[in-house]
Amino acid sequence: MKLLLKFDFTKVCNAVLEQRLEAHQLKYQQTAFGEIELLDKVSEEKLDLFYNDINDFGIDVVKDPKKIVIQKIKDVIVDMVFNEKDINVKTSVYLAEQLNENYSYLSNLFSEVTYTSIENFIILQKIEYTKILLTKEELSLTEIAFKLNYSSVAHLSRQFKNTTGITPSAFQRIIAKRKQIN
Amino acid sequence: MNSDYINLALADDDEDDRLFFTEAFEELKVKSKVSLFKDGIELMDYLDDSNNAIPNLLFLDLNMPKKSGLECLKEIKASQRFKDMAIAIYSTSASEEDIENTFVIGANVYIKKPNDFEKLKKVLSEVVTTNWQYHTSGLNKENFLLRL
Repeated sequence: MKLLLKFDFTKVCNAVLEQRLEAHQLKYQQTAFGEIELLDKVSEEKLDLFYNDINDFGIDVVKDPKKIVIQKIKDVIVDMVFNEKDINVKTSVYLAEQLNENYSYLSNLFSEVTYTSIENFIILQKIEYTKILLTKEELSLTEIAFKLNYSSVAHLSRQFKNTTGITPSAFQRIIAKRKQIN
Repeated sequence: MNSDYINLALADDDEDDRLFFTEAFEELKVKSKVSLFKDGIELMDYLDDSNNAIPNLLFLDLNMPKKSGLECLKEIKASQRFKDMAIAIYSTSASEEDIENTFVIGANVYIKKPNDFEKLKKVLSEVVTTNWQYHTSGLNKENFLLRL
């Protein structure tokens, strides 16, 4: 029997984190997605055990301050795209507000560390979300363009082709054929 | 994966292509370690030896003596050990049939070898940065398809 699964990423991540924190008997408060505050003083050894444990679940504790900012930028963007946030200001303004920093600082830092620009990262995330909607939800490209606030289907289709080198329909066909083989 | 450099492998029987490839990577700002192989058998011997680190990204020429890129691709996809390794086909052919076929079998990237060096640098840089995003941003690698 083959099951096709769809994930609510935010929920999955939070559930895993909560379960691990409780397993280590750590009292905490969640301050934002991917950010918690430990309420009690915890020994280094206990912390190391916790870090090692969550590492097995693909969770890493970010320590480098630059990387912390980058991770926050990514989290805001992923949340914005995947949770279809209705934002009526420009993304640059939104990011600056959410991170409480000026945009040119964020933008330079992002390019320096990640080898890509914030703009490209947003496009990449939108195209990734489009891929999921195309293959898992089987939405049409027209529906997706509307959902993601593209001015037209042609715009989304062009951006898909520019980003991946293949058309949305070729992408759908390839993924469908892969499923048949497996 | 070590986040400071990217671990790459190239299997290609053409010596000039291997040279261009390593030179291009030396000039990119992404730090990398490149392992080179002359044919499919050499490559698979290396990959199957569990003492060797599995590359983050493998560039595979389709037409090689002894064992073709297509045979390597099929062997690699049949093994769970390599599920985190991205595979880029690096070929002179750009027939639609080859491209779609290799994607269906499980390749992530299809690169038609560019003729000039500057273009090669640009293409490789794009592959590496896209692959980097998949590694560092928790994207679903099953959906990683890129044609250049």
